[in-house]
Amino acid sequence: MTVLEQTPGRDESGARPTPPTAGWRPRTDPAPLLPDETPFRLLGTGARLDKRRKELWRELYRGLVHGRRYNRQATALTRQGRLAVYPSSTGQEACEVAAALALAEQDWLFPSYRDTLAVVARGVDPVEALTLLRGDWHTGYDPRAVRVAPLSTPLATQLPHAVGLAHAARLRGDDVVALAMVGDGGTSEGDFHEALNFAAVWRAPVVFLVQNNGFAISVPLAKQTAAPSLAHKAVGYGVPGRLVDGNDAPAVHQVLGEAVAHARAGGGPTLVEALTYRVEAHTNADDATRYRTDEDVAPWLGHDPVALLEAELRNRRLLTDREADAIAEEAEAMAADLRGRMNTDPALDPEDLFAHVYAEPTTHLREQAAMLRGELAADAADDPDRADTPARRRATGRDDHADDHRQNHQERAA
Amino acid sequence: MTTATSTPARPAPPGGPAPTTMAQAINRALRDAMAADDTVHVLGEDVGALGGVFRVTDGLTAEFGEERCTDTPLAEAGILGTAAGMAMYGLRPVVEMQFDAFAYPAFEQLVSHVARMRNRTRGSLPMPLTIRVPYGGGIGGVEHHSDSSEVYYMATPGLHVVTPATVADAYGMLRSAIASDDPVLFLEPKRLYWSKETIDLSSPPACEPLGRAVVRRAGTSATLISYGPSVSVCLEAAEAAREEGWELEVLDLRTLVPFDDETAAAAVRRTGRAVVVHEASGFAGPGAEIAARLTERCFHHLQAPVLRVTGFDIPYPPPMLEKHHLPGVDRVLDAVARLQWESDHTEGGAA
Repeated sequence: MTVLEQTPGRDESGARPTPPTAGWRPRTDPAPLLPDETPFRLLGTGARLDKRRKELWRELYRGLVHGRRYNRQATALTRQGRLAVYPSSTGQEACEVAAALALAEQDWLFPSYRDTLAVVARGVDPVEALTLLRGDWHTGYDPRAVRVAPLSTPLATQLPHAVGLAHAARLRGDDVVALAMVGDGGTSEGDFHEALNFAAVWRAPVVFLVQNNGFAISVPLAKQTAAPSLAHKAVGYGVPGRLVDGNDAPAVHQVLGEAVAHARAGGGPTLVEALTYRVEAHTNADDATRYRTDEDVAPWLGHDPVALLEAELRNRRLLTDREADAIAEEAEAMAADLRGRMNTDPALDPEDLFAHVYAEPTTHLREQAAMLRGELAADAADDPDRADTPARRRATGRDDHADDHRQNHQERAA
Repeated sequence: MTTATSTPARPAPPGGPAPTTMAQAINRALRDAMAADDTVHVLGEDVGALGGVFRVTDGLTAEFGEERCTDTPLAEAGILGTAAGMAMYGLRPVVEMQFDAFAYPAFEQLVSHVARMRNRTRGSLPMPLTIRVPYGGGIGGVEHHSDSSEVYYMATPGLHVVTPATVADAYGMLRSAIASDDPVLFLEPKRLYWSKETIDLSSPPACEPLGRAVVRRAGTSATLISYGPSVSVCLEAAEAAREEGWELEVLDLRTLVPFDDETAAAAVRRTGRAVVVHEASGFAGPGAEIAARLTERCFHHLQAPVLRVTGFDIPYPPPMLEKHHLPGVDRVLDAVARLQWESDHTEGGAA
């Protein structure tokens, strides 16, 4: 029997048997899962602030100013050839900073490739957060020490990791929440679906933050999904969806904070869609003029997360000129430090290529490492300026393949 | 070892160890690993109440609870992705992919994360997880149930790829795989699930470490190099070859990655002739790598090119035709006959 055949009254008339389940209504009520009808906002609503929240808003502002400056500095470093590429989160700083601040010390952050800023706001060294994009090592920080997963380039694939880690922590009886970040494009990936589904079935303490910045590189949201909103996707998994103004930092922080608390209390996952805008191109290598106009961008420049929060703080007399100047100076100092450290060449050790492929290097990899050492030693011998390299010091000159060939010849001669 | 049989194992006769099937040995290895280490978690499709479609996880949920042996939603990328997250937290997940061809949706998680997480984080996030994959043909499986997918895993740095050919190895190698701090693809030859050996699993026999190949049959004429389901084919071929005057050595690789160059090269240097046998397609298959490595290392010892006997380069055939696809004894003996015996200038071997 199909749903179409199920006309009112026929079952009751006894014309056909009653289906074994009690009708075709949803098994649970979807209403509590439905997202906010309009994006949740705090700025401009006259919300009453206690002392703690006043401090939080000022801390968020400081984070946004630092974040904006960090993005600008990182983009400048791409022009100077110090970064291979930088996917800027300019315009999305409220989401980035609020995500980091919504977590407790023991919680884990699972960032996507555009979330360097969230990683830094979580407390990771600004240079270590950039090694992926500088190109000296994929993950420059120790994820276990800082409880930040590697920046994930494959889209949405970090979401199941967040679910598994949070699930494992709960099985071990530990109080750990995982917050996983993804973009609007990433919600089309299968891993997004599977992560939401696993998290819901396992009631894992996970918060999914979708930054809907309008574009997946060049493809606008309308070509990405026909869902009523990305937050509505939660309902199909039995997960509550939330919709928030992604440029309203206090609002993002509050919604994420509530979701984190819900997860911590054993309530399971939440999907938060934050409406924001990618003000800059996808990366420095992208040309946004091919798919959008200045007129498209202009309204979002008028809804800027840094300016919105600054205006509100000044209106509420929670920020003086002097304080704003001091925060700007701090941000300048951070940028100068970043610039200075990024302008030194990173120390590279070719041995690293083989160091962590397996717990113990295999014979095969030891042979290849020996081959590389030999090459480097030969280069160094040709160029004494490079003689004192770690590779040269370790070089043994041994070539396992050559040994094998020698052995072959000796055996045949014998 | 015995060859594959569909006869179910009988209960233990009083006073001696019972004949044990490979499926039972794997089950016992899982149970012992879970009992020994509470960070070992089994997850997969139908691994709970059903005990897996091959009954390999039978009784684990009953004994250890649903949180230790978990029926997951039906989504392989989700299974492996969440297992990776569990491993990031220090657990030791053992994932079951129901069939070889059903593991493909998990491929991105495997290649882009599981295989390289240790590397990209300089050892901060090792992936001590085991991925069990029933693989290979010969059981009359319909489409998508008989693939030999090992070469995809072999081509991915960061993974160990192992496959047992004996019941004792199935137990010992799985215990080693679970104990490994690296991700291990544990390929279970489906057609050997019901093969039997009389071993006492309450005091399991010592097992060669992962990474070591083992000579299953000594011989001087030529070396048959194989693994998993094809080892028994090679042993049968070696028996038959005695009638032709050939004494064939049979090498069970056990581990495809990391490859045991030392043992394989030593074997080929002894006999001077080698045939690689596997079910997987030949083109760019495991045998291509093995033949290349042996040629690089043993060129001056070889009396003939290293030959390959493999499945055809076709999608896995329907079950009523699979006997034509799978390397059998005759095809192995034909290859041995082509090892240029007429130019023989070593001792041993037939003309």
